[in-house]
Amino acid sequence: MEENQRVRIGIDVGGTNTDAVLMDSGNVVASAKTPTTPDVTSGVVAALRGLAGEGTLEPVRIQAVMIGTTHFTNAIVEAKHLMPTAAVRLGLPATQALPPMIDWPERLVRVLGGHVYLCHGGHEFDGRHISELDLEELHRVAEDIGRKGIRSVAISSVFSPVNSEFEEEVGSILESELPGIAISLSHQIGRIGLLERENATILNACLRDLADHIVDAFHGALIEAGIRAPFYLSQNDGTLMSVDHAKRYPVATFASGPTNSMRGAAFLSGRLDCAVVDIGGTTSDVGILQHGFPREASMAVEIGEVRTNFRMPDVYSHGLGGGSVVRENGELQIGPESVGYELTSKALCFGGETLTATDIAVAAGNLEIGDPGLVSHLDKGLLKRSLQLIEHRLAYAVDRMKTSAEPIPIVVVGGGSILLGDQLPGASELIKPRHFAVANAIGAAIAQVGGEVDRVFMLDKQSREKALDVTKREAVDMAVGAGANRRTVQVVDIEEVPLTYLPSNATRIRVKAVGDLEFEAENIATAR
Amino acid sequence: MRLLGEADLEDLATGAAVLGTGGGGNPYIGKLLAQRAIREYGPVTLVGVDEVADDALVVPTAMMGAPTVSVEKLPRGDELVRAFKTLEEYLGRSITHTVSIEAGGMNSTTPLTVAAQLRIPLVDGDGMGRAFPELQMVTPTLFGISATPMVIADEKGNTVLLTTIDNRWTERLARSITIDMGASAMIALYVLTGKQLKESIVPGTIGLAQELGRTIRVARSAHGDPVRAITERLRGHRIFEGKIVDVQRRTEAGFAKGEARLSGLGSSADASLVLRFQNEYLVAIRDGEIICSVPDLIIVLGSETGAPITTDELRYGFRVTVIAAPCDPKWRSDAGLALVGPRYFGYDIDYQPIEQRVGVGGQAEG
Repeated sequence: MEENQRVRIGIDVGGTNTDAVLMDSGNVVASAKTPTTPDVTSGVVAALRGLAGEGTLEPVRIQAVMIGTTHFTNAIVEAKHLMPTAAVRLGLPATQALPPMIDWPERLVRVLGGHVYLCHGGHEFDGRHISELDLEELHRVAEDIGRKGIRSVAISSVFSPVNSEFEEEVGSILESELPGIAISLSHQIGRIGLLERENATILNACLRDLADHIVDAFHGALIEAGIRAPFYLSQNDGTLMSVDHAKRYPVATFASGPTNSMRGAAFLSGRLDCAVVDIGGTTSDVGILQHGFPREASMAVEIGEVRTNFRMPDVYSHGLGGGSVVRENGELQIGPESVGYELTSKALCFGGETLTATDIAVAAGNLEIGDPGLVSHLDKGLLKRSLQLIEHRLAYAVDRMKTSAEPIPIVVVGGGSILLGDQLPGASELIKPRHFAVANAIGAAIAQVGGEVDRVFMLDKQSREKALDVTKREAVDMAVGAGANRRTVQVVDIEEVPLTYLPSNATRIRVKAVGDLEFEAENIATAR
Repeated sequence: MRLLGEADLEDLATGAAVLGTGGGGNPYIGKLLAQRAIREYGPVTLVGVDEVADDALVVPTAMMGAPTVSVEKLPRGDELVRAFKTLEEYLGRSITHTVSIEAGGMNSTTPLTVAAQLRIPLVDGDGMGRAFPELQMVTPTLFGISATPMVIADEKGNTVLLTTIDNRWTERLARSITIDMGASAMIALYVLTGKQLKESIVPGTIGLAQELGRTIRVARSAHGDPVRAITERLRGHRIFEGKIVDVQRRTEAGFAKGEARLSGLGSSADASLVLRFQNEYLVAIRDGEIICSVPDLIIVLGSETGAPITTDELRYGFRVTVIAAPCDPKWRSDAGLALVGPRYFGYDIDYQPIEQRVGVGGQAEG
């Protein structure tokens, strides 16, 4: 209940729009949608003005601002604003057959400079050292990095998720030899799977300058709006990170957009376990919420053609949206071709010449936009078949993502929600909440803080209960370290994966804990 | 004889996953290793089994260890070169060819690295025609060929030469040594003369894997039916089309075991199928009746994409087509079935070749 007294602002800076919501006592008080601007700041300022324009924004009452952004993903995809980066891997004599940045697109390697260093260190799966650190070797690496003027380093060590000692030690060695250098450690970023974890760490390292810049820009925009409350960035797992953490770990923002949208849908509908269908102009994204958090993808995820394995929501994207083009030449086809953002000039109901899924919805009386008269001539049979096909395909997309045959609640958000009637096969209930168009900004506003621990245990040396306890305690401590109020922290996810072909009952245990933000403590920290 | 270049690796890895029958590990690392070796040393010469002289010295190569470790502690790169040196010293002869021991999964591409590095030809064939979980489960075992002398090499520079009394001891000792080495090592074993190679190896499986990969790629880009194309190429049978409705897993003695239940769609509507697996798919049970078992190949493909689906990837909701394809005839002998038949994996049933089973009860199709 205490939580509901808080006044928060959620902002989602997307590729097209910047959305903002003001929430008071768990209610959406105001919302605004403005175009995203290249400099970020002015778009955010405009969105905040939009909130103020509704007359309810009192900057002093705001206790926190939560921001979700696609900046860092876009920077990688466009290979822009990235800094030269050194990749230091600890594992010799192992791993030299596949050095860092192997299998990267050439354009990114060129921008980052391809500075790769293979050094001794690393652990075996059972915690033994592959080799000891070689201080002479590390000194030479530091000298070379210094000579080249590189200011950001990614450090990866074999099996660092099992034991992070080498990464931490080498991090402090490089920091002392190269004052002011930015260090990114792989065990903080990814999971087992050296290349993928290392890739994510290098991506993180090359974004460090941009992270400083963007975070400062957000700060400036808030100051300009008179807001002095602390602000946080959304991570891809639906939790928040502090400004300091965001400056060090910008990759954690990748794919926070879909996560925020799903979390917002859960909040608006009050359903913690459900499927969320986000129907946009071109695609429908389907995800699954478990205990209020998106289910994560288990397979490798590529960002800008670089393979990574960090936490990403498991989203099935289907080529069907409000702008999807409808054709019938013998067989009825809807999408994947779409008029996209040109809906308001190309769709029939807006006086255009293309039959779109939106026209079908308008003709069927699902909503009134544009001029319904322009689509009244459409054949009733075609309307019926089209609506059936849309329903069938969305039901299929949801069913693909479900983990059991039981019907589950389905929450529909996004501008294309109007394509659906009020039922869907496989749904125990179909919910179209209010404020569906700004679900992503709401998702940012309601986010909590969390901690996640991923370790391999030899369960013949200690009991499963003890291993679980240790991991849970570490996850809870990590959440508190990230700014959570300890009383509110709960373990929300436990995953145990026995490793095949290994003795000693080796098992990988992953635990995630989340809790509410500790406001008071944060305010003091910011005031300091 | 032909050359295998970088451009061939993608298809080879995809096709190897089809022959992996749900197991065989992740071919990504193996593909990268082969790619790097080919880039540095040039393309690999692939020769047919018939092109190998009777007195050739052919040594199969593979990775051994835990798949989870192989994606973390990557190889040094010269493990197999050192393994070959050690074997050559012991045998007092030069190795002339290498060959895959397991065409299914990650080990399809492992021998390409050493073939490129030592500039020796790779023989088109393998010791299984699919994937299996244990070292002795290879066709040369059926011809009395010993797995040893065998060399295990790690990234630190250790090489261990094993000579053993039988292939099960080899599996046991090699497994403990590999674990001591950090659960990931390279192995060279089942030393063959050209003559032995010809009688004991499953021929043509590297070319077959490449062709299967290409079939999927081409059918997909032409919006064709990759499932049908693969079924035809393997002379297999489409035994089920449906949706995964339940997956249960457990780990026993280091193996990933479990079962998946499927409910039918399309031509299989109203039917149900259970797939039991231990790393690989072992048996398929349709409406309570076994319709296919090891050593025949049970392959699960995404119904739309034709992409092979491993036992790790099985998940509720996937639309899949299950196909069954005949194994190499060598596996159908009494000795073959004793080594890899259903009873070895704990199923008290008689093996019946897939083409006879579909002839009786199941529905066979293209």
